[in-house]
Amino acid sequence: MRFVDEYRDGAAAQALVAAVAARVTKPWTLMEICGGQTHTLIRYGIDRMLPEPVTLVHGPGCPVCVTPLVEIDRALEIAGRPGVTFTSFGDMLRVPGSRTDLLTVKARGGDVRMVYSPLDAVKLAEADPSRQVVFFAVGFETTAPANAAAVWEARRKGLKNFSLLVSHVLVPPAMEALLSSPLNRVQGFLAAGHVCTVMGYREYEPIAERYRIPIVVTGFEPIDLLQGILMTLTALEEGRHGVENQYTRSVTREGNVRAQELVAEVFEPCDRAWRGIGVIPGSGLALRGPYASFDAARRFQVEALEVEEPEVCIAGQILQGLKRPSDCAAFGGACTPEHPLGAPMVSSEGACAAYHAYGRG
Amino acid sequence: MADDLGERLAALSCPVPASAGSDTVLLAHGGGGRMSQRLIERLFLPAFDNPALAELHDGAVLTVPAGRLAISTDSYVIHPRFFPGGDIGSLAVHGTVNDLAMCGAQPLALTAGLVLEEGLPMEELERIVRSMQAAAERAGTSIVTGDTKVVDRGKGDGVFVNVTGIGIVPEGIAISPSRARPGDAILLSGRIADHGIAILSLREGLRFETDLASDTAPLNGMVADLLASAGEAVHVLRDPTRGGVASVLNELAQKAGAGVELDEAAIPVGDAVRGACEILGLDPLYVANEGKLVAFVAPHAAEAALAALRAHPLGREAARIGTVVPDHPGRVFLRSRIGGMRVVDMLTGDPLPRIC
Repeated sequence: MRFVDEYRDGAAAQALVAAVAARVTKPWTLMEICGGQTHTLIRYGIDRMLPEPVTLVHGPGCPVCVTPLVEIDRALEIAGRPGVTFTSFGDMLRVPGSRTDLLTVKARGGDVRMVYSPLDAVKLAEADPSRQVVFFAVGFETTAPANAAAVWEARRKGLKNFSLLVSHVLVPPAMEALLSSPLNRVQGFLAAGHVCTVMGYREYEPIAERYRIPIVVTGFEPIDLLQGILMTLTALEEGRHGVENQYTRSVTREGNVRAQELVAEVFEPCDRAWRGIGVIPGSGLALRGPYASFDAARRFQVEALEVEEPEVCIAGQILQGLKRPSDCAAFGGACTPEHPLGAPMVSSEGACAAYHAYGRG
Repeated sequence: MADDLGERLAALSCPVPASAGSDTVLLAHGGGGRMSQRLIERLFLPAFDNPALAELHDGAVLTVPAGRLAISTDSYVIHPRFFPGGDIGSLAVHGTVNDLAMCGAQPLALTAGLVLEEGLPMEELERIVRSMQAAAERAGTSIVTGDTKVVDRGKGDGVFVNVTGIGIVPEGIAISPSRARPGDAILLSGRIADHGIAILSLREGLRFETDLASDTAPLNGMVADLLASAGEAVHVLRDPTRGGVASVLNELAQKAGAGVELDEAAIPVGDAVRGACEILGLDPLYVANEGKLVAFVAPHAAEAALAALRAHPLGREAARIGTVVPDHPGRVFLRSRIGGMRVVDMLTGDPLPRIC
């Protein structure tokens, strides 16, 4: 199949693995930002094909995983109310809150529906004005434009029964938070190709400069990842820093300007808590003034809700690349995909789920 | 006394309402009275036409040939009821025929249990019944007895179908997970995930610019050919329905106490389905099939078995996708297209499309 097979070619992959082995002279630690990249690495066994000195740590780029428990509890609280149709992407449905999950709320009579686009949720709201339709807006810069479009559309149509429960996060502030931590051991980044398709990579240039590290915008297929790894290692071996672009078939330096404008029209940056990491200044998106009435947390008055994260789960350290899923005492025992303690075990993009599904640890 | 009362009540009972030829299913169609009778006489009898059913007795009496009996049952609660490539009726018949075939059995007779929701358009019921008959004919069997119930509007999802089947396992055939042996070739009868993706795209209103159709089909003919060619060398048969090839192989590996090694590049997947899976973030190995089988065959007979599958119209794209190994008992490993190895685990819950 075109645009797929050429990026999963065995001979090309072996050649890149050999090139990495020939290039590396000392140990290096790289972080792939995105959960989709983590999955490709584990699914194709790439991490095990790389030479010993190269260590990959898995980044915080799984939107499901970094969504704080309190946000999930807010979703559950709203979804359980009469008259509410709660819509979400598929992989948020199974994420446990502190007591239950959305699929269980549905089983108990809540109107919880999986949609493929927030615009489908807008259509639901339009079709049935008697119901309050809420969309769980989770994700990075990748999903922000469609969510912005949904709110923009709902406002244009004057819909009073549509709202967003917003838990949007942004990549660059999280990278800065990781790099400025005294525990940081990441020496080079594979930046998330889909995020950069929307945002471009200008905003990564000052980060690469300030922390003097290489950042390579990387795609999601096995060959993309191996190329990104080779480019990052080459820069490290040559003592270079700066931003490079492996994913040229999708990413430009400027990104998708129309999408960025739409996001800026509807959202503004805000401080946001990341699950297991804590509050990172300026790392989230909130609905801007004229759109604030579409904020579901405000509409359903669940802003004051508070919960505590379970102590045994080391999701925070895993999401910061400090520990691997297999380092966790609960991994595979108390915490499995059937009974997850933390979000990285729930989402198919989560590092713990990837390790579990593909038999690591 | 009681008889008199019965007669008087019968005389008092309302005449069959004008809607006996109703264009929708009514509660009375399942009530056991005249409307039930008319439904049977006008729809089921002509459609399923066969001597055992024509007796209209409480059950069907069959003459059983030599061999061992296999029995299987399956209920279908699917939505949507009609989809490209089939409908709930054909799916139910194929499903039970295939479950029998995976025991090495050829179907002798089927039963049909229908739970209808009041208000179901009669035209839909007729289509489903005709489709059940066509599917049974294609599998060389008949529906010999049945039952219909109607539930209040809102208490069902249009129509639920149960099909039970009995079949005959020929002498000398013993198909069982416990017969898996290290060295067995693992054969797959064709491209995977067609059914699951066709249903998903319809159910979720995803419009892919290509024709995706379910692969629903009766496998007993292909199984007969396979057994004729490889006989006792066929150790295990399984149709990878819900949970897909990955879940079936995990189950077999656990039951057999052996390991499985797969070659990703050898597993046939159609381009349209691959594309859809890529977009939705699904792995075709976990997506349902309704017209495919997985066979474990002793190595000496593997080529002949593969040739027999490929000679059948439903098995043209059959492939050898892996081997049973003595290592890592109970686990399934897959060599990825680029050469890395990974574990293929059981599915947890339903496959859910990813955010990005």
